[in-house]
Amino acid sequence: MTRPAGVAAVLRFARRHAGRDFTGRVRDAGLDLRPVSVETLQLNITRLCNQVCRHCHVDASPARREMMSAEAIDRSLALLAQHASIAKLDITGGAPELHPDFARLVEGARALSRHVMVRHNLTVQLDPHPITGASLAHLPEFFARHRVEVISSLPYYQAYFTDAQRGSGVFEKSLEALRRLNAQGYGAQDSGLQLNLVYNPVGPYLPAAQAGLEADYRRELLAKFGLRFNSLYTITNMPINRFRLHLEKSGQYEAYMEKLVAAFNPTAAEGVMCRTLVSVDHEGRLYDCDFNQMVDLPARGRDGRPLSIFEFDLDELLSRRIAFDDHCYGCTAGAGSSCGGATV
Amino acid sequence: MSHYYESDDLKKFGDIGKHAKALADDFFKYYANATGTDGALSKREKALIALAVAHAMKCPYCIDAYTTQCLETGSNPEQMMEAVHVAAVMQAGITLVHSVQMQNHLEKLVP
Repeated sequence: MTRPAGVAAVLRFARRHAGRDFTGRVRDAGLDLRPVSVETLQLNITRLCNQVCRHCHVDASPARREMMSAEAIDRSLALLAQHASIAKLDITGGAPELHPDFARLVEGARALSRHVMVRHNLTVQLDPHPITGASLAHLPEFFARHRVEVISSLPYYQAYFTDAQRGSGVFEKSLEALRRLNAQGYGAQDSGLQLNLVYNPVGPYLPAAQAGLEADYRRELLAKFGLRFNSLYTITNMPINRFRLHLEKSGQYEAYMEKLVAAFNPTAAEGVMCRTLVSVDHEGRLYDCDFNQMVDLPARGRDGRPLSIFEFDLDELLSRRIAFDDHCYGCTAGAGSSCGGATV
Repeated sequence: MSHYYESDDLKKFGDIGKHAKALADDFFKYYANATGTDGALSKREKALIALAVAHAMKCPYCIDAYTTQCLETGSNPEQMMEAVHVAAVMQAGITLVHSVQMQNHLEKLVP
């Protein structure tokens, strides 16, 4: 449900008094963060997941049932066919592979010669489908056949942080899933099959510098497990949904927000992903990013109506005003954060 | 109830410049240059040294601050704990090496 305008006004007032008004901070930094393109169409096709991660901004779990309709998937493919400028399809969830039309979506986008990225949690290769019980062991071969870019969370190259964040035993299963991807050629220099890993902190602190951490991952994963990957993306935890609840319960929410606000970096802000991406929910509604989607902050047209893929106007979308809120400080802290990692 | 070492007091560190501000400014500039930049040592290495010193000097503010700083510069708990062990054995060694002085004096007293 979209947040009522009155509530939004009260929240804006409260933020100004808490010194957290993101829009004001951007303005004070002399920045004008407008959309520059829609290079990436990011579809969140389901909130169903085989995992229950502590930091998950989607609140995804095996109990969720939201699924993008076949009609919305058809419409998304039609938009790709219609707009050559949308070069990339980024498929996320939940675990998007659990959607019954996942394969059709990938095949359709590849038939349109689009670059396809899948946010793949690794363990879904090994766990049974939470609803049907079916095996998804075919995924590495499927990804390779369609030359999908695989982007996978691995919070650390050791079990301690990984299992703390994603559940007991997830690290070992993730290693096995990575072995299967490597066996298809993923992560090999000359294969052209991109396997990118994602680091995010387990708690309320900022990620380490991306380049140094990538070097650590590369050295340790190869030396200890014989595993290869292409790039590491560092992503800051967003103070929303499940992670926010954890912070509030442990009395750390205010301190984390203060840390994000204090680390505001204008250079990182210039590269925020909402300027080149549009996010779509399972009902076809449009958002500036997946985080805005999860806090019900829709992209709006000139007349204030929420935008959707069913009345898609690229010019109107490019002239929209990006909706900002407190969580946006997560993308502008330190070296910045986006679905493609650091922004500076 | 009032306590020594309130964790919120860490935020007031900057307030040491309330009096003798020029000296505080000098200190914070030196502090930032020494710990906050990659130099001949990386920020990660500097954070591990600071974590070890924080334990040796038993400063709860510094332990909190440098536990976070170590994580934010990419260290893991094994590396952090090894740094604390270095501090611990240094302290033990410093205590033990003084026993040479004890033995020297013993030999004077008991020829």
